[in-house]
Amino acid sequence: MKIANKTVTATQLVKDALDKAKHFADYNIFTYVNEEGALKKAAEIDAKIARGEEVGRLAGVPFAMKDNFLSPEGETTASAHILEGFTSPITATAIEKLEKEGAIMIGRTNMDAFAHGSSTENSYFGPTLNSHDRERVSGGSSGGSAVAVALDIVEFATGTDTGGSIRQPASFNGVYGLKPTYGTISRYGVVAMASSTDCVGFFTKTPDDMNLLMEVASGQDPKDLTTLPDYYNESEAKKVKKIGIIKDFDNESVDAEIRQALKTKCEDLKAKGCEIVELEMPALKYALAAYYIIVPAEIASNLSRYDGVRYGFRSEDSANLEDLYPNTRSEGFMPENKRRIMIGNFVLSSGFYDAYFLKAAKARTLIVNEYLEAFSKCDAILTPVAPNPAFKLGEKVNDPVSMYLEDVMSVPLNLAGVPGLTIPAGETASGLPIGLQLVGPRRSDKTLIEFSKELM
Amino acid sequence: MKYIPTIGIECHVQLCTKTKLFSEVDNDARGKEPNSCVSPVDYALPGMLPRLNGEAIRLAILAGRAMNCKINASSRFDRKHYFYPDSPKGFQITQFYHPIIGEGYVDLPSGNRVRIEHAHLEGDAGKLTHFDTYSLVDLNRVDTPLIEIVSMPDIHSAKDAHDYCKALWRLMCFAGVTNGDLYNGNMRFDVNVSIAPEGSDKLGTRAEVKNLNSFRSVERAVEYEIKRQSKLLDAGEKVVQETRGWSDATGETTGQRSKEEAKDYRYMPEPDIPPINLTQEFIDAESAKLPLMPKDYREKFAGIIADDTLEVLLDYPSLMGKLGEVDTRYVKNLSNLFASVLLAEEKSAEYLNDLPTAMELSELCEMNDKKELSSTATKEVFLRLFDPQMKGRGAKNIAKELGLIQENDLGALEAIVDTVLAKPETKKAQEDYRNGEMKVIGFLVGQVMKESHGKANPSAVQEILKKKLA
Repeated sequence: MKIANKTVTATQLVKDALDKAKHFADYNIFTYVNEEGALKKAAEIDAKIARGEEVGRLAGVPFAMKDNFLSPEGETTASAHILEGFTSPITATAIEKLEKEGAIMIGRTNMDAFAHGSSTENSYFGPTLNSHDRERVSGGSSGGSAVAVALDIVEFATGTDTGGSIRQPASFNGVYGLKPTYGTISRYGVVAMASSTDCVGFFTKTPDDMNLLMEVASGQDPKDLTTLPDYYNESEAKKVKKIGIIKDFDNESVDAEIRQALKTKCEDLKAKGCEIVELEMPALKYALAAYYIIVPAEIASNLSRYDGVRYGFRSEDSANLEDLYPNTRSEGFMPENKRRIMIGNFVLSSGFYDAYFLKAAKARTLIVNEYLEAFSKCDAILTPVAPNPAFKLGEKVNDPVSMYLEDVMSVPLNLAGVPGLTIPAGETASGLPIGLQLVGPRRSDKTLIEFSKELM
Repeated sequence: MKYIPTIGIECHVQLCTKTKLFSEVDNDARGKEPNSCVSPVDYALPGMLPRLNGEAIRLAILAGRAMNCKINASSRFDRKHYFYPDSPKGFQITQFYHPIIGEGYVDLPSGNRVRIEHAHLEGDAGKLTHFDTYSLVDLNRVDTPLIEIVSMPDIHSAKDAHDYCKALWRLMCFAGVTNGDLYNGNMRFDVNVSIAPEGSDKLGTRAEVKNLNSFRSVERAVEYEIKRQSKLLDAGEKVVQETRGWSDATGETTGQRSKEEAKDYRYMPEPDIPPINLTQEFIDAESAKLPLMPKDYREKFAGIIADDTLEVLLDYPSLMGKLGEVDTRYVKNLSNLFASVLLAEEKSAEYLNDLPTAMELSELCEMNDKKELSSTATKEVFLRLFDPQMKGRGAKNIAKELGLIQENDLGALEAIVDTVLAKPETKKAQEDYRNGEMKVIGFLVGQVMKESHGKANPSAVQEILKKKLA
C-alpha cells in the first residue's frame, strides 16, 4: 500500500481517496464521508514528515471504516435507524491502534443494519452496489467496506465477521478478507452483534497489507476480556503441505463455476507438491441451524439496550414508558433485526432454552471438535466462501431462509472460533469475482496469510 | 386452626469495593451528583464490554466464608433480561446457573440454624424517582457489586426472621464486605412467607414481601403476613402466590403483581465474561483473611465483657475491632467506656466514623489503671479522644492540658495533707474523727482535694488521712 513520505504527501493520498469516493457515490458505499477530519489529520502527518519526525507504519493511509465501529467522527449508526443521531464519545480499540500508526479514516461504510444480513440490503440507507456489476449485491454485511477496497477508493477497510460478513463480500468483490481467530482483535467499541462469534477483521488488496494490519491491530485488550494474549506478532507462518477439502461442500447446490475454481486451485497446489486430503466433517451440517439459534439469542440480548431512553432514535408520540419501548423498537429496527430478536427471545424463553439454546451449544462443541480432528489430518482447509457468486439485488430479500443459506459455508468457522481468509480465485464467465476460503486452526492467521501468496 | 409459618429470605448486600463490578468508576456515590458515577459501560453505550472487578471476587469469598459456605472453584455470569430504565443494558449480569458461593449456614441466637442455599454475585440496578408526570433516572448505582444470599426455608417465626437478618448484617459487616448502612439500602431483604396447618407435611402457597430495609420491618412484615394468611385460610380462601410491598407507615403488605404474569427473564450465559476459575490456593489464601466474626469475639471475651454489653457492642464491628486490638487487661474497662459513654453520647454516630487508635485507647486505660486518672476524668479524656479538634493528641497530652492527672506521689500528697491538717478550720473535724465520727473523713478528703486543685487521688488521700489521724 502507498504510505505517505517526503514525495507522496498524506494530503494527496487522502484527496485522491475522497475524489474517488465522490466519483463512485452512486454505489452507496459510504454513510458518512469524513472529508474535513481526514484532511486535517493528513496535514498533521505531512507537517510531521516535513519536520523529520517519526510517523507510524500506516502514515497517511486512507481507510474506510464499517459503520459499526465507534469513533467521534460522524454518527455511529451501524446503518440502523435506531442509532440515528448517535455520536460516540469513544473510539474503538482497533481504530485507535490504526490511527496511532497514522491511518486516516475517510468514511464510514454501509452495512446491513446491525450486521444482520448477507447483501447490505438490510441497511437503513439502502443497498451498496456490487463493484463488478451494479445490478448485483455487494454481499454483506460489510458490503460497503468490500466495495470501497474493490473500487480502489481506499487501501484497506475494516469489517466485522459474525457468520461470514467479511469473507462473503470479499469474495463477491474480488478482494482479500480475513476473519481472524476469535479474540485476536479487540471488540471494544464495536457495536455488538453476537458476542461469542463477532470478529474484527480487514479487507485488503494484498496478503502483505493484511499481515501489516494484523500486526498493528491484534493483541490483548484489558477492555475486552475475550481477547487472546498477543500471539500474532510472536507467531511464525508454518509451511502448509496438506490441504483439506470438504467432501460435503462439493454438491449440486454449489455453483458449478465455483466448484471448478476450487478444483483448479487444487490442481495447482498438487503441481506445487502439496497433498490434497478429502475430509468428512458430518457435524458441519448442523452448523447453520446451531448458528441461527445461538446468534439470534445473543443478538436479542445485545440489542436490548436500544430502548430510546438514553441515546439514538426515540419514537415521538409515546404517552408512557409502556408505549415508548415498543414504539421506538418497532420504528427503529429493520425487519431482519426484528426477525432475529424474535427468534432469539423464543429460543431463550423459559421452557425452550434446553430444547434450543442448550442443544445448539452442544452442537457447537461437536463442530469445535470436528475442526480439531480435521486439523490433525491437514494444515489448512480450502472451501468455497458462499454457494454462489454475487446475486441480483432484490433476489433474496423476501426469502430469509435462502438468504441464511448464503452463510452455510462461512458460519462453521465462527462457531469454532477458527480463522478464515477469503482469497480472490478468478471470475465467472460473466465477469463476477469468485472467492475461496482458506481455513486454519485457531491462531494460524499468519500461516493462512503467508500461504495465500502461493495461491495468487 | 394453628398454622406453622415457613420463611425463606433473599438478602442483597452491596459490596464496598472501590470501583464498580464491571467498570472502573467510583462505586461510592454517597453525596455525589446523580449520574456522576457512570462509565460508558454502565451507561450501556453500543460496543461496550464488561470488565470484572477482582476485588468483588475477593469480597465474595470473605462473605461466603463468613456464612460457612463452600466457595465454588468455577463460577460464571449469566444475563437476566428485562426492560426498565433502571437497567441500561436491558439485562442484569448475574450468576443464575453457577454461583460463586455454595451451601453454608448461619446460626441464630435461638439456637436454630438457617441453611444457605447459595449466594451469587450480580450488578445492582439504577434508581428511579417517580413524580406526578415524569420519573428521574439515576444510574450511579448501576453495577454496584451485590451478593444475593438465598436462604433455605428454615425459618419459622417472625423473631427468627428478624434475628437471621440481623445475624447476616453482623456477619457481612464483620467480614468487612459492606458498609452495612441499612438506611441507604446497603442491605435489602426479600421475605417469602407461607403457612401450613400444624402437622401438615406440605408447604402452603407463599407470598414474597420485597425490598425491606430494616430488621424491624422484616419482623413486622412477617407477623402481618402470618396473620393475613391465617385469616384467609380460616375463612376457607386461598393465598395467592404474589409479590407484595410493605409500608412501614400502615404496617401492612399490599399485593403488587402475581407470579402468574411474572416476566420471563430469558437467562443466557454472559458471552463477554469468561468463566471465573479460582485455584484452591487462592480461595484458601483469601479465606484466611476473614477477620474475627461475632462468634469468635464471644469466645475471646467470654468472662471479660458482660454478655449484655457484648451483645450491644456486637452491633458495632469497628468497636469490636478496637477491643480485639488492645491488650486484654484493658478490654473490660474499654468495653464499658464504649457501651456506657461513647454510645450514650449525642454525637456517637459521627464519632464512630473515625475512631481513635488502639494505642491512644490503651494509653487511656493504662492511666486509669495506674490511678493517674479518676473514673470521671477517664470518661472525660475518653470522649475528647473522639473530638475532631483533639484528634491525634493522645490521652496523656489531653489529660495534662485539662489538668486532670491525679497526684499519686505519696510524699507530695502527705505534704498537702499536712497543710490541710494544719489549718484551723479542720481542727474540729479532726477531733470528731478521733472521737469515732468516721464519716467526717469525707470532709477532710474534700479539703485536700480542693488544696490540690482536684489532682489528688482521693483514695490515696483517704489512706494517708487515716494513718495520720490514727
